[in-house]
Amino acid sequence: MSLLQIKNLNVRFGDANAVPVVDGLDLNVNEGEVLAIVGESGSGKSVTMMALMGLIDAPGRITADALSFDGNDMLKLSGRQRRKVVGKDMAMVFQDPMTALNPSYTVGFQIEEVLRQHLGLRGKAARQRALELLKKVEIPAAESRLDAYPHQLSGGMSQRVAIAMAIAGEPKLLIADEPTTALDVTIQAQIMELLLNLQKEQNMALILITHDLAVVAETAKRVCVMYAGQAVEVGQVPELFDLPAHPYSEALLAAIPEHSEGAERLATLPGIVPGRYDRPEGCLLSPRCPYVQDNCRRQRPSLDPQAHSQVRCFYPLNQEVA
Amino acid sequence: MTTPIAKTVTTPATPVDQSLLYPSPYKEFWQAFSRNKGAVAGLMFMCLIVFCALFAPWVAPHNPSEQYRDFLLTPPVWLEGGNWQFILGTDELGRDLLSRLITGARLSLLIGLSSVLISLIPGVFLGLLAGFFPRILGPSIMRLMDVMLALPSLLLAVAIVAILGPGLINTVIAIAIVSLPSYVRLTRAAVMGELNRDYVTAARLAGAGLPRLMFVTVLPNCMAPLIVQATLSFSSAILDAAALGFLGLGVQPPTPEWGTMLASARDYIERAWWVVSLPGLTILLSVLAINLMGDGLRDALDPKLKNAA
Repeated sequence: MSLLQIKNLNVRFGDANAVPVVDGLDLNVNEGEVLAIVGESGSGKSVTMMALMGLIDAPGRITADALSFDGNDMLKLSGRQRRKVVGKDMAMVFQDPMTALNPSYTVGFQIEEVLRQHLGLRGKAARQRALELLKKVEIPAAESRLDAYPHQLSGGMSQRVAIAMAIAGEPKLLIADEPTTALDVTIQAQIMELLLNLQKEQNMALILITHDLAVVAETAKRVCVMYAGQAVEVGQVPELFDLPAHPYSEALLAAIPEHSEGAERLATLPGIVPGRYDRPEGCLLSPRCPYVQDNCRRQRPSLDPQAHSQVRCFYPLNQEVA
Repeated sequence: MTTPIAKTVTTPATPVDQSLLYPSPYKEFWQAFSRNKGAVAGLMFMCLIVFCALFAPWVAPHNPSEQYRDFLLTPPVWLEGGNWQFILGTDELGRDLLSRLITGARLSLLIGLSSVLISLIPGVFLGLLAGFFPRILGPSIMRLMDVMLALPSLLLAVAIVAILGPGLINTVIAIAIVSLPSYVRLTRAAVMGELNRDYVTAARLAGAGLPRLMFVTVLPNCMAPLIVQATLSFSSAILDAAALGFLGLGVQPPTPEWGTMLASARDYIERAWWVVSLPGLTILLSVLAINLMGDGLRDALDPKLKNAA
């Protein structure tokens, strides 16, 4: 039984006929697994995670055949019950560390708040644990940082504090929503290394939402490629990079600058992601796909197992088995 | 011989690394505030007025209601015919002007403080509600506030006092109602700005319920503009109270209140200018002091205007 199970998740904003932002997404995450979700902006990566944690507000609506985490049906939980699970067993690290901490309170207070809420620690014990957490995320001079306000910390340091807050409840699943996008390159590497070390140490599952394919290649075991709200390919790491089966995965990999060395321009996929009013009838990639066939324009493919991965395409690439 | 050497060695080791000691927020605030000389001057004048108000019976040289029938309209000491007994002169009934001004500070500060509190608390609460429920409750609150803003504030205050009847408490209520919309708007705007930030999502994730989210997570981050608005409306409350008093709708004579004093003395403006000018000057100075202080507060509290990186 996997830790997180998502079956046919749909998220819409507006009435029931609105264009789905997340469209029939299936996802499984096992305990201690690192899953990466990649895709361009607006492909539904973050909304999926918000839906999972019950943070989609009206007019957003969520439907799913199954949305279970650690044996809890997340769709049926009441607000109070959900707040017991989310934040303790499931935690999140945000993209921009400068806004992820409350500017009005000290770092120590904010970590202690989580400890108080979820572990019932108070007073000295909470402060001691907060200090341990800050040391765990490798913050220098942790003792004095407990009394620092967020504006007194650098971006990388704030992100470390945010990670400390996220792992305070010893979560089984940590969701990192582009944790390194707002940081500079050297700090990015440090933060990624920290996240992976913590993941191994605590044997928690990690969902890594990112644009950065290099990070995915180095860290994740499995990748889910999303396009316009759909998972278009889900596969293991080296295979998906070596033998992408979906044309979109292939285009995404081809767009890495290193692959275009010597060429005058970087390889790109022509066109833009379909919006609310120009969603094609057939495969969502069909207007942009270099391999498009007639039936691609009329029918939507489903996510089916192919030679190396699950692919949402009628004509998957690289299918010869070595 | 050895002791002085030991001393010189140990002294550099004792100071803790300065970069790791964060200045307390109060110290930081005071540094930013004291850089503004006008604000400090305003603060000092306000301290003087607060002192006068608190210790009025001991500070004032005379009983403010005592009528010295032999000294009607005595000019201040520095004018011809002045008398050291009445430093700022007396009014048409022979009451000591300085004592009345000092005692009047009590009432003016009381009106300012209580009307600010009475409008701040519901205003912040309504603003929070409007920011947190943007679908139905928010717009209905805001339209109501727009209606109140559409009326000239003094006119609205006069209308409210006309309904409730003149008097101290009704004056306070009228001023509080009139200044309510600005708090609601400010709070709502600040809340809407803060709600999009990740730390609010993080707090929801960490299990914060709605009341905690409203009052503990978001409200402290909206306080800076509210504090400034509160100081500024403190001064406009004093002005409004004086205006209502001048129109005969505020505090009733013989209670010494600056606006009422101004109104009752206006017949003597040609014969005894001090009876009118001195209460007017007091109002002017205290309003100016509060406004200067408010400006300083804004500079010190608003991170966007802070020049320190």
